[in-house]
Amino acid sequence: MSTGQLIGNGIAAFLTLCIFSFLYKDNPFYKFAERLVAGVATGYFTMLLFWTNFIPKVWEPLYERHEIIYIIPTILGIIMWTRFSKKWAWVSRYSIAFYIGIGSGVAVTLALYTYLFKQLQATIAFPISMDVAGINQLLVVVAVLASLIYFFFSTPHKGAFGVASKLGIYVIMIGFGAGFGLTVMGRIALLVNRVIFLKGYLIALFGG
Amino acid sequence: MNIFEKIMKVDRRWVYLAIGLAVSIPAVYELVATYILKKENTTINIPITPSPEVKKVYDFVESMKPGEHLFICVDYDPSSMAELNPMTTAIVNQAFAKDIKIIFVTLSQFGPGLVEQITSSLAAAHNKVRGEDYAFLGYRPYPAITILAMGVDFRVPFPEDYYGTPLDSLPIMDGIKNFNNLKGVIELTSGNTADFWITYGNGRYGFPLALGITGVMSANYYQYLSSDQLLGIIPGVKGAAEYEELVGFPGDGKAQMAYQVIAHAVILVFIIISNIAFFGTRKRKGGMEGGAQ
Amino acid sequence: MKREIPILIVGITGFAMLIQYFIPTDWSETIFTKSQDWIIIIGILSMPLGIWSLVKANVNKLKDPNEWFYSAVLLLGFLIMIVTCLNGENLSGNSIFNNIFNYVLVPIQSTIFSLLAFFIASAAYRAFRARSILATILLITAFLVMFRFMPLGPVSTINAKIVSWILQVPNMAANRAIMMGIGLGATATAMKIILGVERTYMGHD
Repeated sequence: MSTGQLIGNGIAAFLTLCIFSFLYKDNPFYKFAERLVAGVATGYFTMLLFWTNFIPKVWEPLYERHEIIYIIPTILGIIMWTRFSKKWAWVSRYSIAFYIGIGSGVAVTLALYTYLFKQLQATIAFPISMDVAGINQLLVVVAVLASLIYFFFSTPHKGAFGVASKLGIYVIMIGFGAGFGLTVMGRIALLVNRVIFLKGYLIALFGG
Repeated sequence: MNIFEKIMKVDRRWVYLAIGLAVSIPAVYELVATYILKKENTTINIPITPSPEVKKVYDFVESMKPGEHLFICVDYDPSSMAELNPMTTAIVNQAFAKDIKIIFVTLSQFGPGLVEQITSSLAAAHNKVRGEDYAFLGYRPYPAITILAMGVDFRVPFPEDYYGTPLDSLPIMDGIKNFNNLKGVIELTSGNTADFWITYGNGRYGFPLALGITGVMSANYYQYLSSDQLLGIIPGVKGAAEYEELVGFPGDGKAQMAYQVIAHAVILVFIIISNIAFFGTRKRKGGMEGGAQ
Repeated sequence: MKREIPILIVGITGFAMLIQYFIPTDWSETIFTKSQDWIIIIGILSMPLGIWSLVKANVNKLKDPNEWFYSAVLLLGFLIMIVTCLNGENLSGNSIFNNIFNYVLVPIQSTIFSLLAFFIASAAYRAFRARSILATILLITAFLVMFRFMPLGPVSTINAKIVSWILQVPNMAANRAIMMGIGLGATATAMKIILGVERTYMGHD
């Protein structure tokens, strides 16, 4: 590591330990690091937005290429700022309406296709066979139906419906258990990364 | 308070200390083995068997020919780079080694810094030239709308790349208008952009899509594998380690596995102890109530 | 005026985008492309709203004797990032701007989230108990999924197969059912917005 990297990683190590100090209790070092990252993150995003978004998408089309049509979305974007005024906040509804309308219109067909049609197709299109794949697919059909029945509250969960609903909640609990197990792996990975970083810094500092 | 009740009511800071120490064990071992015991190879290797969903992503990239274009979307921020950086590095290493051209984009506001970190080191290692062998288009807000716009023409949301060069000036973008001109998309994310890519990307434009996601999310995306909306999934740091095993180079994913083993062992022991204490307390309360009657 | 015109805009644009999906002509594609382009520009100009809110709130807190120091830290961090990137070229390469990102933002953000490892260990110890049948099913499944990390030879191989089956059959089925529900809900909400039934996006007068 060069001297600059050693100093930079030293700052990083110090800030890492500031955050870890929260595990004992809340303290000024933790608060300092927490607020520092909020300020730095906001500043980073501001400059990123300005140089890589505002300049090529707003400034250059209007000011350098004189594409007047872009004045319309620019005005719609600027009137969003009226949200800060109690008297004029209603003007921002025009921009929001434009965005919400387009987003909703596009979402209807694609949400149905992605979340419903393709999933239904994958559930019901199975070859009837007695091999492992066939039996697994049959189990999937039963489990999906049972889980859907669990979430159907227009009918009382009694009798056969109740049995299917109970099977459904058991299937859902298996799903949640799998999710928890994978979550533990994910969270541990975040901690391991910091431990490996601190180890690497100690080696660079003392081990050469 | 009996022993079981004491176990159940232990201060959580002792649990934090136990986990902290557990995760530090491999690090301490490596430091002691290298600098005090002067051993040569101190890395703890954990056997890894790649899972089918990870192998599908690897096979997809492996099947690409030199000169073909791969689209990598780096949609995560520093909070999840521990899990996702290893898989990103492994994929980029594999693609660069095969002379596959890569187009990077990020829909996460802190993604540009991470893409820069990865591309600057790996491009130099593989002698890849920006603009010819890879391009970084930059960041845009509103992921759903950006994906829809890219499906028409990359130049609609990105008239220039991240460095201000017009896309039409980049040799890598010759003949590349939208997703139809690419072999496929690999989305690496820790948030809901995975849903946007599946819905607005693969749902509208039908291109091959693979996901690299965090462990927290991975259980929620297997249904897309079976419905062929995804060609593969790399789930979390274990998936990253499996991918590194397939690509054949040691990376941060495999390096983490020893730590994962010990931490998981400690947590499993915690769960067992806590449940023994729970049942012990319940039995004792049941016995006391029976005695009282 | 204040509510009726936005509802009309939502209805017209929503229906236009809905129908556009089924009309594969050049003019339809042009309308689609232009609308996405304009939304991106509106989004770019809307993003500073949040930035301004944060800065304004912290400037106000400078008067608070308990909070002024931390607000000053936040504002100082913000200003330093602005000042170190007055030239767009500083966004990349070995600039002070990039170095602050790498040595301040990255370690703090990743460490804040690494605290979750401790919290999940604590949660696993204090809350993960077999209190009922459902809790037991959840516990056993999570236990099996976590156990696959243990390198125990043939035991690990069998466990890996069981976990693979769990992920690809019952877990997948549960998530598929939940996803179908989400899809129906999302479609219904989008239709309610387009038809003007759902108006919460407009806020209050």
